[in-house]
Amino acid sequence: MNFANLFRIAVKALSNNKLRGFLTMLGIIIGVASVITMLAIGQGSKRSIQAEISEMGSNMIMIHPGGDRRGGVQLSADDMESLKLEDLEDIQTKTRYVTYVSPSVNSAGQAVYGANNTPTTVYGVNLDYLEIRRYRVDDGDTFSEQDIKTAAKVCLVGKTVVDELFPDGENPVGKVIRFGTIPFRIVGVLESKGYNSMGMDQDDLIIAPYTTVQKRILAITHLQEIVCSALTEAYTDQAIDEISEILRENHRLKPSDEDDFSIRSQQEMASMLTSTTDMMTILLAAVAGISLLVGGIGIMNIMYVSVTERTREIGLRMSIGAKGIDILAQFLIESILISVTGGLIGVVMGVGAAVAVNLIAAFPIYIQPWSVFLSFAVCTLTGVFFGWYPAQKAAMLDPIEAIRYE
Amino acid sequence: MKRDDTMEKREVIRLEQIRRDFQVGDETVHALRGVSFTIREGEFVTIMGTSGSGKSTLLNTLGCLDTPTSGEYYLDGVSVRTMDKNQRATLRNRKIGFVFQNYNLLPKTTAIENVELPLMYNPQCKAAERRRRAIEALEAVGLGDRLMHKSNQMSGGQMQRVAIARALVNNPAVILADEATGNLDTRTSFEVLVLFQQLHAEGRTIIFVTHNPEIAQYSSRNITLRDGHITGDTRNEHMLNAAEALARLPQEED
Ligand SMILES: Nc1ncnc2c1ncn2[C@@H]1O[C@H](COP(=O)(O)OP(=O)(O)O)[C@@H](O)[C@H]1O
Ligand SMILES: [Mg+2]
Repeated sequence: MNFANLFRIAVKALSNNKLRGFLTMLGIIIGVASVITMLAIGQGSKRSIQAEISEMGSNMIMIHPGGDRRGGVQLSADDMESLKLEDLEDIQTKTRYVTYVSPSVNSAGQAVYGANNTPTTVYGVNLDYLEIRRYRVDDGDTFSEQDIKTAAKVCLVGKTVVDELFPDGENPVGKVIRFGTIPFRIVGVLESKGYNSMGMDQDDLIIAPYTTVQKRILAITHLQEIVCSALTEAYTDQAIDEISEILRENHRLKPSDEDDFSIRSQQEMASMLTSTTDMMTILLAAVAGISLLVGGIGIMNIMYVSVTERTREIGLRMSIGAKGIDILAQFLIESILISVTGGLIGVVMGVGAAVAVNLIAAFPIYIQPWSVFLSFAVCTLTGVFFGWYPAQKAAMLDPIEAIRYE
Repeated sequence: MKRDDTMEKREVIRLEQIRRDFQVGDETVHALRGVSFTIREGEFVTIMGTSGSGKSTLLNTLGCLDTPTSGEYYLDGVSVRTMDKNQRATLRNRKIGFVFQNYNLLPKTTAIENVELPLMYNPQCKAAERRRRAIEALEAVGLGDRLMHKSNQMSGGQMQRVAIARALVNNPAVILADEATGNLDTRTSFEVLVLFQQLHAEGRTIIFVTHNPEIAQYSSRNITLRDGHITGDTRNEHMLNAAEALARLPQEED
């Protein structure tokens, strides 16, 4: 047997029935393309979530008043106000694994400058907040410790707010805007962070000293949230333990009492989010894999038809000297050619579709090289596997009967 | 022309007491019941017999497609009986040229590709040689100007010529034809017969199965089969010339 000749024979046989070959291929093309596109989308969103979380600070820890809310129990007013400034100070001074600590109080409202206004949220925080959330000041400067002490009416603004209030490209630094009834002087503009994976605009905010927001806007003394960062991501659990201990002591909780606060880490959120996207990826890939299987069955079906249809041809080939293995190889090569060509087209179309999703829908994609290799390998195997039985059937034919077949 | 030298020629085929039984249900059909003969190089043998007399079974045996139930078969001096499937396939590829009643050309395939086919299964034959030999074979059957014609663009006579070229291309020890003119009209049948006589004149060994007694007159030897027995084996001293017969045929519609 001579592989080059068998290959030539198989190519010739396929080109004798191009339309059928293409239709058979279509199943494989769709299968491979969808596997690749689905994995690209799944991996893309996973990666963008991961990137964003580390951008937001993968060592971030968030403390909220009230116990674990998963029970759906209505919170009492006391619970809602369980976080105090003393808690913040204790976390700042008494911990070893916590680096930055910031209070957070926020209020939604309307920001106004001249004739322009925009709905936004003002976050009252201290300077650590910028470190924890990794906000950088692009233009101007941050407010000072002194501003916090005096509850000064100064603020940093996000890019979106700037665009809404200063559409003419005026330099906002030094300008005075109003938030509700309170005038704030802009001391700096934050560097743009864009949208996060949940579709939230991270530039649509105003940052002001927490004292200012507490006293002048909300008229409260408690903290709505405390955000801090662990030494490194690896120390998150230790940091949470330390914080928990301090808060339980400060809040005079008995060992039998439940926490009146809840602590979430970015790490925990990250693994939650990525496990969700992993699940989605597996699900999508499974659906796509099924279409690859269906494509394979399509090959098998067509190869069976083809063997029956070409019984006389097989008989002739055998009578002029083709061995069983030559016939087997010919049909196997045919089915592999269908699946590999389909696979190649599928790879191109899958990558194309993924890029199109990225360009048109602005959806993050990531094409993992292994997913391309894997789907390609799977589809070659599909060709061998589903081509084997029809090819075997062809090779087992009796030349005398085959050549008389009508 | 007399052929006194046949006795000295090499034995191409030698059958010794060939039997072939088919089991159909619990009945045994004896298709061949002890057939013996020898065919020497350069003979043009017609095998005749009524339908069911065992002609095809005999030809399948000669073509190494079928193995006899008992008896010995030597092709070109080699015993075929002990060969396995693959060895017989190789033997067919090198020593035998088949011509079938219904041509059996590959569809949508050019004449030259059809003729090249047997050589495709011979790894020793490289592409250039394959092409050259296919062209030679097609020229030998008078189709040198139709190399690139596809099978569906040809008449029955042309298709049978392509099939004959395909049977020639491996330079076989024997050409086996099963009712090779069975599908053709009288004129085309004679054209094909002319071709066979021409091959015979070139010294090729031909075995031609037919149920048409007229055709037997154009061969050098007739073997008659009946119920699996040989009932006649005569040398044809007055072989008719097919070319002359063709010339005498009344010109039908053009
Ligand atoms: N594969 C087979 N199975 C059973 N019987 C067969 C088979 N091939 C041939 N025969 C029988 O053997 C006898 C000879 O058949 P065959 O060689 O085809 O005759 P011919 O070609 O002269 O018409 C017939 O009776 C036929 O029915
Ligand atoms: Mg017959």
